[in-house]
Amino acid sequence: MIAAPSNRRRSRLLESVLFWVFRIGTYFVLLCATYIFLDIGIKGGRTVFTRTAPFVNVKFLTEPPQTLYVFDYEGKKMELSDREYREWKTTHKEDVDVTSVSYSAGGIWPCIVGTALLVIGSMTLALFIGISCAIYLSEYSRDGRFIRLIRVAILNLAGVPSIVFGLFGFGLFVIFFGWNVSLLSGWFTLGLMVLPAIITASEESLRAVPQGLREGSLALGATKWQTIRKNVLPYALPGILTSSILGIARVAGETAPIMFTAAYAMRDEMPWQVSHWTNFFFQGVMALPYHIYVVSSKIPQNEYTERVQYGTAFVFLVVVMLIALTSILLRERQRRRLSW
Amino acid sequence: MVSLLEMPQTLSQQLPRQNDRRADEINGAEVMIDVRDLDFAYGANKVLHNVNLDIPAQAVTAFIGPSGCGKTTLLRCINRMNDLIEGARITRGALHLGGVDINAPEVDVVDLRRRVGMVFQKSNPFPKSIYENISYGLRIAGITKRSRLDEAVEKSLRASALWDEVKDRLDANALGFSGGQQQRLCIARALAVEPDVILMDEPCSALDPIATAKIEELIHALKKQYTIVIVTHNMQQAGRVSDHTGFFYLGKLIEFGPTTKIFTNPSEKRTEDYITGRFG
Repeated sequence: MIAAPSNRRRSRLLESVLFWVFRIGTYFVLLCATYIFLDIGIKGGRTVFTRTAPFVNVKFLTEPPQTLYVFDYEGKKMELSDREYREWKTTHKEDVDVTSVSYSAGGIWPCIVGTALLVIGSMTLALFIGISCAIYLSEYSRDGRFIRLIRVAILNLAGVPSIVFGLFGFGLFVIFFGWNVSLLSGWFTLGLMVLPAIITASEESLRAVPQGLREGSLALGATKWQTIRKNVLPYALPGILTSSILGIARVAGETAPIMFTAAYAMRDEMPWQVSHWTNFFFQGVMALPYHIYVVSSKIPQNEYTERVQYGTAFVFLVVVMLIALTSILLRERQRRRLSW
Repeated sequence: MVSLLEMPQTLSQQLPRQNDRRADEINGAEVMIDVRDLDFAYGANKVLHNVNLDIPAQAVTAFIGPSGCGKTTLLRCINRMNDLIEGARITRGALHLGGVDINAPEVDVVDLRRRVGMVFQKSNPFPKSIYENISYGLRIAGITKRSRLDEAVEKSLRASALWDEVKDRLDANALGFSGGQQQRLCIARALAVEPDVILMDEPCSALDPIATAKIEELIHALKKQYTIVIVTHNMQQAGRVSDHTGFFYLGKLIEFGPTTKIFTNPSEKRTEDYITGRFG
C-alpha cells in the first residue's frame, strides 16, 4: 500500500533526523577519543621526549619520584629535585623562599616496575584458576542446575564494581589473612577481578576446538585428561592467551582494587630490595594508575604537577597500547597457522 | 605388504588388556560382536528398537539404510562413543565383544576403545605431523621408545597403503594432505594401536571416486586381520566391500545376512525396495 504524500514526507523527514542523530552520536565518540589521545599524547609526550639527545627522557623512565623545589635565586628560576636541592644547600647557605611540589621531580620507574609485577602475578593466578574452571565447565561438567548457578555466579562476578573488589580484598587478604598491603593481596584481588573475563575467553577457545579432535583421540583409547592435554588445550591455549592479554590491560589499569590492597603512594626501596626473599610477596609497591591518582589529587595543581600527571598517563597509555597491539598480532599469527 | 600379524607380540602385550583369556576367546570365536535385544534412546527419543545381530570376526559387515535409521548410533555403541552424548543411553539389551558385555561396570572404556578403533565420517587428523598422528595412540598407551614407535608408524602406514606417498614427509603437518590421504591416515592411526575391530562411519562420504576406490581396496586388504564394521549410504559400496549386510529402517534391523543374498535375493520387501532405489 502506498502512503499519502504528507505521510510520506513526514516519514522521510524522520528518516533524515534519525540518520543525523545516529551520525552525530558516532562522531561524538570519535571526537572524545581524539581529544583524550591528543591531549595526553601532546602534553605527556613533552615530558617523555626531549629536544636534545638522548631524545627519550631517560630520567623520567628510570628514576623514582622526588619532591620538586622551586625558588628564585639571583633572578634565576631554579627547579631542583630533592637530591639536587640538598646538594645545592651545602654550597649555598642563604635562605630562599622555596615552594615544594611533591612527586614532581624524578621519574616513575618504581611505578612501571610495580605495575609489571602486579600484572605478572595476578595474570598467572587468574590464568591458572580461570583455565581450570573453563576446562571443568566445557569438558567435564554436564549441564544441570548447579552448572547454571556457577555460570550465573561468573556473570555476576563480572559485573561487580572494581572498588567493591578492592574493599573485598582489603577485608579478606589485608585484614583477615593478615597479608597487609602487599603484592600478594593485590595479586589475589586483581586476579579475582579478571577471572570472569578469563573463564569466558577460555571456554570460548576450548569450544572452538573441533569435536572431531576429541572423538579421534578418545577413539584411540585416550583418557579424557590425555585428550584434553594433548589434543584440546594446545590448540585452545593461543586463543586463551591472546584473549587474556586484554585482561592484562584491565589489571594494569585499575586503581580501585589496588589502592587498599597493594599500592603505596611513595616507596624508596625498589621491590627487589628486600631483606629476605619471602618478604618480596608481602611488600607494597607503587603502580602507574595509583600514581596518576596520587599526583592528581594533590592540591594545588600547577605546571609542575601537570608535567608528571600527563607524563605518567602517556607512558601508561603507551604500555597498554603495546599490550593490546601484541595481542592483535599474536591472534592474527595464530589464525593463519591453525585452520580447520 | 607387511602383514600386521607379523608384528612382534611384545607390542600388543604392551597395550593393557582387560584379561588375556578373553583375547584368546575372541581369536577363536567366529562371532566378534553380538548385539542382543538392544534398545537405545537419546533422552526420550528412542532410536533403536530391539536390534539383534551377530557380527562375524575377520569379515566386513556393512550397515545400510536411509538417514536417521540408527545405523551410526549402533556403530557408536560398539566403542561406547555415545557415552559422550548427554542423555544417550542403552535402555534395554546388551552388546558383547568376544562374549564380554562392554557396558558392564568392570569394563574400562579406555581399554575397549583401544581394542575397537574408529574412523569417522569427517576425517579428523590431528593438526600435527604424520608421525605424531600415527604414534599418538601408542604414546598415550605409554610407549615412548623411539625405535618401537618408528616401527609401528611404518607398519601402519604400509598397511594403509600410504607409506610410499608420505615416507619422505613424515614430519609434515597432516592437514596439508588431500582428503583421501587424510582419511587413510586416520585408518593408519587406528591400525597403529592394533585393535581387534575397526568401525568406519561413512569413511568415503566426502571423497572422490578415486580416493574412495583406494579406501575400498584397503578395507578389502584389512579384513584378513581385522573385523570391520562399516556404515555407508552408498549401496554399491556396501555391495563391493562387505561380506555381510544389515539393512536398518526407522531404528529397526529389517534384515541381516550375507551381502550377496541381501542384494540379489532379499527376503524382506522393504529391503528390496530400498536397494532398488524405490525409497530412501
